[in-house]
Amino acid sequence: METAPQFFRHGPGPLARLVFFALLSLLLMVMDTRFKYLPEIRQTISMVVNPLQRMAYLPAEIFDQVSGLFVSRSLVDEITHLRGQHLSDQGKLLELLALEAENVQLRNLLEMELRVEVESTTAEILYIPNDPFSRKVTLDKGSLSGTQLGQVVVDDVGVIGQITRIYPWMSEVTLITDKDHSVPVQLVRNGLRSMVSGIGEDGILELRYLAANADIQSGDLLVTSGIDGVYPPGLPVATVSKIESDAAYSFARITCIPAAGVSRNRQVLILSPLPPIPERPEEPVENIQEDKKRGKIGLR
Amino acid sequence: MAFVNSSEHESISNVGSRFIVLSLVVALVLNLLPLQGIALSLRPDCVALLVLYWSINQPQRVGMGASFIMGLMMDVGDASMFGQHALSYSVMSFIALLMHRRLRIFSIHKQIPQVALLLLSAQLVMLLTGILINANLPEWDFLLASVSGALLWPLLPTLVRIPQRRRPDSDAL
Repeated sequence: METAPQFFRHGPGPLARLVFFALLSLLLMVMDTRFKYLPEIRQTISMVVNPLQRMAYLPAEIFDQVSGLFVSRSLVDEITHLRGQHLSDQGKLLELLALEAENVQLRNLLEMELRVEVESTTAEILYIPNDPFSRKVTLDKGSLSGTQLGQVVVDDVGVIGQITRIYPWMSEVTLITDKDHSVPVQLVRNGLRSMVSGIGEDGILELRYLAANADIQSGDLLVTSGIDGVYPPGLPVATVSKIESDAAYSFARITCIPAAGVSRNRQVLILSPLPPIPERPEEPVENIQEDKKRGKIGLR
Repeated sequence: MAFVNSSEHESISNVGSRFIVLSLVVALVLNLLPLQGIALSLRPDCVALLVLYWSINQPQRVGMGASFIMGLMMDVGDASMFGQHALSYSVMSFIALLMHRRLRIFSIHKQIPQVALLLLSAQLVMLLTGILINANLPEWDFLLASVSGALLWPLLPTLVRIPQRRRPDSDAL
């Protein structure tokens, strides 16, 4: 190893510096992944990086504007197409309104909680990070436009992911295909509930821990079940694509294709957070103590 | 900027510290361009390339400290684990500092394979840290960025010198 001669050196030698920076970055990594300590430092650096990100997004925006000038001819076609679509959608919408009214009535009859209406705001995908270790996208709405942690992001066909990190002007969405992301789902066909998890590859989800004899077929649609209090119920998540049941394992290996895709369109919807789940009603003190006793016995 | 050592200005060079900072910022913007699909996997890591260029050609100015800070910026921009890019850039910069005399002997075209190895070393560090925290394993085309980066290497001296020729006075400070 050749390094600079002793009397030309400034400060500590390269190896010492490497050890210092390596330890520092390892410390940062551990603090970030294990203890989630560093949002403030990240926020500070994002003050520098976010404007640059906006700047990098400018060419795409300019391209959109300029190409917008040239598409007036195809716009006529698009408008006629959209009018047709609008008419057919209108019919379905009327049907839906009738169904909704009926649903409200039936729910009233059964004395059930009314379904919550979910508000939404549109956002644009600013940037797809070139990080092969996670599946994330960056949106152009941040805490200044009222975005909150944990909000659900959807496109026109289904769930995309959930907001996991917030900056003043931007937010990061962890996609449902990310390895650590799971969504509680329900089969439309028979109401079977389960969890669908990403495996870290684009376009593949996995339905884990379903018994090999579970009633599931390829082509089944999975929608959010809504029992988690995060995802509103009924949003399409994925369709089952392949089922491998091996007698050697007690669980079937079920792969699914996500319904929504980030690569298709840039506009997405951020759904407003659901109202918090009502807390468990307080029980009389004696009952709680009895419950505790029962719990202890049950544990033993 | 704190990471450019302006006190060591007497070192034999005509490159202004501001210019180095500017070039790194431009590289950062290039890295943050919204690309998708094959363009995204072929896009070289411009920040790594520039950090490498300056640590080979201006080792007094750009060293591990600057690489570390650029890495932190990339970590925030790329939404990756905090410190992952920082570690990989510092390691790459360290190897470059050890090798910079030997590298400068070769012609710019003969430097390509060695630069590819240097860029690869940075990516391998990222891969190792990714495995350690049990993140998604990237697909193989993740490594293409090193190759495309190394192929861009011969253009870098010209690209870097263009703005210097046009406005020599702005760097005089």
